[in-house]
Amino acid sequence: MRELRLMKGNEVIAEAAIRSGCDAYFGYPITPQSEVMETLMELRPWEATGMVVLQAESETASINMVYGGASCGKRCMTSSSSPGISLMAEGISYLAGAELPALIVNVSRGGPGLGTIQPSQADYFQATKGGGHGDYHLIVLAPAAVQEMHDFVFLGFDLAFKYRNPVMILADGVIGQMMEKVELAPQRPRWTDEEVVQLNGSWAVTGKKNRDRHIITSVELDSLKFENFNKKLVEKYAKVREQEVRYEETLCDDAEYLIVAYGTSARIGQKAMELLRTEGIKAGLFRPITLYPFPEKELAARSKQLKGILTVELSAGQMIEDVKLSVGHQLHVEHYGRMGGMIYTPNEITDAFKKMINR
Amino acid sequence: MTVEEIIKPENLTYKKSPLLTDAPMHYCPGCSHGTVHKILAEVLEDLNAQENSIGITPVGCSVLLYNYIDIDWIEAAHGRAPAVATAAKRLYPNKHIFAYQGDGDLAAIGTGEIIHTCNRGDNVTIIFINNGIYGMTGGQMAPTTLLGMPTATTPYGRDPKLNGYPFKVSEIMAQLPGTGYVTRQAVHTPGAVRQARKALKKAFEKAYAGKGTSFIEIVATCSSGWKLSPVDSNKWMTENMFPFYPLGDLKDVE
Repeated sequence: MRELRLMKGNEVIAEAAIRSGCDAYFGYPITPQSEVMETLMELRPWEATGMVVLQAESETASINMVYGGASCGKRCMTSSSSPGISLMAEGISYLAGAELPALIVNVSRGGPGLGTIQPSQADYFQATKGGGHGDYHLIVLAPAAVQEMHDFVFLGFDLAFKYRNPVMILADGVIGQMMEKVELAPQRPRWTDEEVVQLNGSWAVTGKKNRDRHIITSVELDSLKFENFNKKLVEKYAKVREQEVRYEETLCDDAEYLIVAYGTSARIGQKAMELLRTEGIKAGLFRPITLYPFPEKELAARSKQLKGILTVELSAGQMIEDVKLSVGHQLHVEHYGRMGGMIYTPNEITDAFKKMINR
Repeated sequence: MTVEEIIKPENLTYKKSPLLTDAPMHYCPGCSHGTVHKILAEVLEDLNAQENSIGITPVGCSVLLYNYIDIDWIEAAHGRAPAVATAAKRLYPNKHIFAYQGDGDLAAIGTGEIIHTCNRGDNVTIIFINNGIYGMTGGQMAPTTLLGMPTATTPYGRDPKLNGYPFKVSEIMAQLPGTGYVTRQAVHTPGAVRQARKALKKAFEKAYAGKGTSFIEIVATCSSGWKLSPVDSNKWMTENMFPFYPLGDLKDVE
């Protein structure tokens, strides 16, 4: 039987974590995502599934707890918002460097600095281009609905373990705080310790038994060996780009112009597109679902029929760089954004769109 | 008496722990790390914990500890070993989980993690090597550097007006309700090694029995950092470190 509920995005992250068979959540309070840990503490999953939920002393400690739990071959996650994610950057780099699977949720807010607790999409560069030190990438999923907050927890864990790489759900304060109907998946059992050995026993630390010792580390002092390790990561990311691109097109088949937007902006952008269609303007909506890997080939293919693109982001223009890299400089690409926690109305977007058309 | 007669099993009084690997240790002559590694391997062997333990290594001279003891290891970011250990213990409550940290790692950059792990009382063992100096980066001041002690970043000696005061970590950990056993040991004489080994075993047993965090500090030498010979290092440690960092148990909760 389908289990439908009206829930907040942040609450859904917690509910989906439990149902996905998550072994541990480590977090630190920060607005606008504190409901994730609050919901977990209220649901007390340690009684039902044995899932560990721990409020850490800092985001630094949280991400290093995730690192420790992931080293054990278990499904571990954390959630935070922009300044907290900055604090986690070192740990995220270590996760990538040690090839550990983990799920990190960023319900982002406006920056830089302490910024604002209002929604923003200004962490695109941080999420997709690095954030921490070294040559690494996260797999980045951008939910545009509360249902996707739920679904991407499952997908995030699956991708994290498939590639042994940290995955980030890059949401924003709107998706985190908004209530929508959501269909909850049935409980997926947590792995038993025997299953962890069976599934992840080739690399995880589970106690040295009938095998050579396992060492989870990102240090390598031999430069040639370390270059070869970096090459291995490059190959992994190439495979991710080949196999994991996800995106959604709405009314793109006959479109002459596109709005390209993700997350909350895609929801507002969809309304703007509908308004433009009522005025006879052939506008379509292209929504990247994976921000890394970015759907560059798919957008490039679509761009052949286009006269222009408006990227709509709650930032000074970050994803626009990937859009331009995808479509080349022949096509006119323009950015429209709001910053600092301000959000556009659909009419603001249609106005910007019409200006773009007339240029 | 022939060699064959001497090396009969019944004449064996001492042997290398099978948990110690054959990898040549990278430590300087006179460094305490090698001795502590040895007793750590022996204690893990005593507890039959090879298949049931996970160690966390720090950033610092002992970062490569995982090369020397044949168990599963996690290499942590600088200062974060207690957080890593906390997670491992929560997910594997029936394993021996321990972290091995130096004074820069534990008492400077990792102050938050060590205090909160000990205050939560996570049932892990923390081995704290205190030699009063940053060894790997070339002998800079540590939080535990004694007043007046010259280092690369206190070339005229540690001056409290400039650099603050040496940090008595074990005394702080003993005050926290989460710790079950806090002790300060050394490994500069055979007698001290035997005592430290006994304390280390007790630390592992108490953490495993759920008595809270076990915290064992080893006051240690760093001949290279101190710019003293191994023999003079032991003498200097005895005369200068022990009066400020006295050896013995600080807390032992039943």
